[in-house]
Amino acid sequence: MTALELAADVRSGRRRARDVVEEHLDRIAAREPDMHAFLHLDADGARAGAAAVDDRVARGEDPGPLAGVPVALKDNLCTRGIPTTCASRILEGWRPPYTATAVRRMVDRGAVVIGKTNLDEFAMGSSTENSAFGPTRNPHDLTRVPGGSSGGSAAAVAAGFAPLALGTDTGGSIRQPAGLCGVVGAKPTYGAVSRYGLIAFASSLDQIGPLAMTVADAAVLLEAIAGPDPCDSTSWPDPFAPLEVRPDVDGLRVGLIRELSGEGIAADVAARVAQAADALSNAGAKVDEATVPGVRYALSAYYLIAPAEASSNLARYDGVRYGLRVSRDDITSTYGATREAGFGAEVKRRIMLGTYALSAGYYDAYYAQAQRARTLLIRDFAAVYEHFDVLLTPTTPTTAFEIGAKTSDPLAMYLSDVCTIPSNLAGHPAISVPFGTGADGLPVGVQVLAPALGERVMFRVAALLEGVSP
Amino acid sequence: MATPISRADVAHVARLARLDLTDDELSRFTDQLAAVLEHAGDLAAIDTAGVPPTAHPLELVNVLRDDVPRPCLDRDEVLAMAPAAEDGRFRVPKILGDAP
Repeated sequence: MTALELAADVRSGRRRARDVVEEHLDRIAAREPDMHAFLHLDADGARAGAAAVDDRVARGEDPGPLAGVPVALKDNLCTRGIPTTCASRILEGWRPPYTATAVRRMVDRGAVVIGKTNLDEFAMGSSTENSAFGPTRNPHDLTRVPGGSSGGSAAAVAAGFAPLALGTDTGGSIRQPAGLCGVVGAKPTYGAVSRYGLIAFASSLDQIGPLAMTVADAAVLLEAIAGPDPCDSTSWPDPFAPLEVRPDVDGLRVGLIRELSGEGIAADVAARVAQAADALSNAGAKVDEATVPGVRYALSAYYLIAPAEASSNLARYDGVRYGLRVSRDDITSTYGATREAGFGAEVKRRIMLGTYALSAGYYDAYYAQAQRARTLLIRDFAAVYEHFDVLLTPTTPTTAFEIGAKTSDPLAMYLSDVCTIPSNLAGHPAISVPFGTGADGLPVGVQVLAPALGERVMFRVAALLEGVSP
Repeated sequence: MATPISRADVAHVARLARLDLTDDELSRFTDQLAAVLEHAGDLAAIDTAGVPPTAHPLELVNVLRDDVPRPCLDRDEVLAMAPAAEDGRFRVPKILGDAP
């Protein structure tokens, strides 16, 4: 059952929110031990939230478009009084003193928080294997990764633990796991969703967005959480325009990014993208090859810019105000010992990379040059959108890989983000839609990219693809 | 681009980042950072003369809220999550040296 159907039933009194929650808790009890999608299951909180929704319906009130819908939250979103760890030892046991705006908005519209999902530590990774509390497994094949870093959220939706989830996307962390788990995942325009209460990784790239079983469900969650917020100075100042989830692409110009086809993309994935392009063409879109030369440098630029910003953002974990402290005689030794004990290998690697890229003597060659390459990429996108309304690519180069396959080779892991990173660097929206399976029977995602604030047209294309998906 | 990163560079960066890395981590990160930086070497070949570095992905100005007092975080709730607190404040290890 979709989130929209559930909410309609709860709003009209046909079903009780408390029964909806129990059904989902039963499903979680059956499969969660094999999957480890959650870091914290909040069964009592969910029951209380559902009871409050039922009470509102009983009083004749409308709880809102998400009435009684269980939502799983990536565990880098602050929830007052509920553990929030970022899958890191350094925040183990921390209970935030406030709730993220995006979470508050969806709860205000009737949603019920069911738990906090697993992620790569501080959202740094592409497989959820970097969680300090153990990996999540892909519900389609328990020997495979769910992708990452929002792997717990994607796996939870795919397994029916919750019809909706929130994830965050810095270089593909919503879309890549959505693709590998066969669900819908959208990264909105930079600034479309307030980040107040999102634990920062790379501030010029991070965005919160929805994961869902259907395009329409993703749209209703995005509409619920989007919009300006006085608590986030980077939030877009205008109200978020309502989305259109109708499968109408007649006359739209669709570009296939040449730099993200061919080499590096598995043949079975490329075949699905070609099939999606044909479907759009048959539905009246004009499909043509597009070139975005800056995409070739996007991965290199990203893996300097994101770690640089992370090295600055993660300086706050110093053992003073919250989280772990490993006590030493003086403050500097306490910092070093706390951070050494509290951070995992990938987080340390990125802090090191970022600190190096920002350090005296290397700043211009690495960080500044990466930001100049980013400017060129943004200009390339502006040029290509003169001729196209949306762009189409694979979401990931391959289907879900085996657990452990890439953990010893960071660069190989980073390459799984090659298709998703350009949208983050440009601040543009993009969505992954399930589109059939690969040769191994595992889900394939196709990605629709749009220019800034192009969510409306992006969701129309996504709706069309969903309807014709093999 | 720059010369390959050395173990001494990695140790220096670890000090800047306040990470007490082990010998094993220093060795591993030296190799892994070298591989990532080598991959990033393709950036050096791009002609970026006259291209400004991106400061913000979109043309967006800061959004300011009205400067009116409102309730802030609850002090007891915040301090309850601190590693150590005393008299309504965060308690930290010694910051200044002994008087000469």
